[in-house]
Amino acid sequence: MPTFLSDHLHLFVQGAVITLQYTAASCVIGSILALPLALMRLSRRPWTQWPATAYVFFFRGTPLLAQIFLIYYGSGQFRPELEAIGLWQFFREPWFCAILALSLNTAAYSAEIFRGALQAVPRGEIEAAMALGMSRLQRLRLIVVPRALRAAWPAYTNEVVYQIQATSLLSIITVMDITGVARVIASRNFDFYEAFGTAAIFYLVIVYLFLLFARRVEARLQAHLGPARPVGSRIGGH
Amino acid sequence: MPLLDLKGYGWLLWEGVQLTVIVSLASLAGAIIVGLLAALVKLQGSRCQRIAVDAYTSVVRGVPELVMLLLVYYGVPTLIQDAAAALGHAVVLSINPFAAGIATITFIYGAFACEVFRAAYLNVPAGQHEAAAVLGLRRATALRLVILPQVLRYALPGLGNLWMVLVKATALISIIQLPELMRNADIAARATRMPFTFFLASCLIYLGITLVSMWTQSRAEAWASRGIVGGRL
Repeated sequence: MPTFLSDHLHLFVQGAVITLQYTAASCVIGSILALPLALMRLSRRPWTQWPATAYVFFFRGTPLLAQIFLIYYGSGQFRPELEAIGLWQFFREPWFCAILALSLNTAAYSAEIFRGALQAVPRGEIEAAMALGMSRLQRLRLIVVPRALRAAWPAYTNEVVYQIQATSLLSIITVMDITGVARVIASRNFDFYEAFGTAAIFYLVIVYLFLLFARRVEARLQAHLGPARPVGSRIGGH
Repeated sequence: MPLLDLKGYGWLLWEGVQLTVIVSLASLAGAIIVGLLAALVKLQGSRCQRIAVDAYTSVVRGVPELVMLLLVYYGVPTLIQDAAAALGHAVVLSINPFAAGIATITFIYGAFACEVFRAAYLNVPAGQHEAAAVLGLRRATALRLVILPQVLRYALPGLGNLWMVLVKATALISIIQLPELMRNADIAARATRMPFTFFLASCLIYLGITLVSMWTQSRAEAWASRGIVGGRL
């Protein structure tokens, strides 16, 4: 085990960088897509609401692996069409399909988190904004969205943790993330438990470091609420 | 509809669906048993036992399902072989994908089921325990007749969620060549060179399973809440 680590540690670190890059890119793109999706889901107009609902249902109801295959392998079925519009050079690249699939997937889950947070904005605050004469767009931009994003953070943290782990599926379409590195090393030297065990520890460290960071951000976001927690709330555990 | 023409490979998908459902049901049963035991330990176990269960749930929360599956399928047999070799025994061991898949999914979702059952148990009001004691019921009888039916009622929404996530997670077992839905869709996609068609078809089948599950879940929740006025959670 010690020689295994000293031989391969640099490869795992490279893999970890790739894992973090894919996580960050897909979370950024996913949350940019998620906000309009969440607003569409809350719309009362069926033609606005219906497509967003179908989108969320599809991406939450099917396995991420199937979505990755649908985009990466499935695009091959439309190669002539994609070549005609100049998009084939993107769809033949694993990195492009990986980012696309992960972003579309996390957008659906994030949209549901944002939707819940938007619905949780107290009615009184919206009425107060109306009383101040704000337009609908101003209310959204200045009151509802900032407040909802703050409320969404704890749940969104879980989504990021899920996303860190979801990137491990990209190893199947040859992305050399932590899992990809582990699979190559394992099949080269038959060091199966060493390789996958090391990969598991890398993920554990990344996930719990992120959760530590997320708690700090959460405390920051709620700093204006003062140090005293409301009576009866339980901190940690349970 | 030419896009969903399965070229006679529909039966292969159907066989895959059956295996997906079997693996999912077996894993769900396993996860419920592991989850109940873990929840029991977490609620009433000794300090050491509770720490062990906490470690279990924390590890499951932090390690991707795919890595866990590869660890169980490739790692565990080689680890046992190496350990046996160190003791001077030559052992050749391998797990079949079916068992490895069910074991992995059970292990992962047992941790989630543990949280579901624990929360459900804590939701049962203390007065119910006291009332059962006042009626003179033994602990085991009280658990069976008073507490567990209520735990089930509170746990059903969480278990329904768990089931739907679990079904999707079984798609991963295709990576170790278990011929379930994803794997068979992959085989058909390669044979016909129509990957989009077959992966789209498998997505639609997963959506179908989700729809049937949602309907079953709402029926089950209604059944578990029978006798409680306005009792739908």
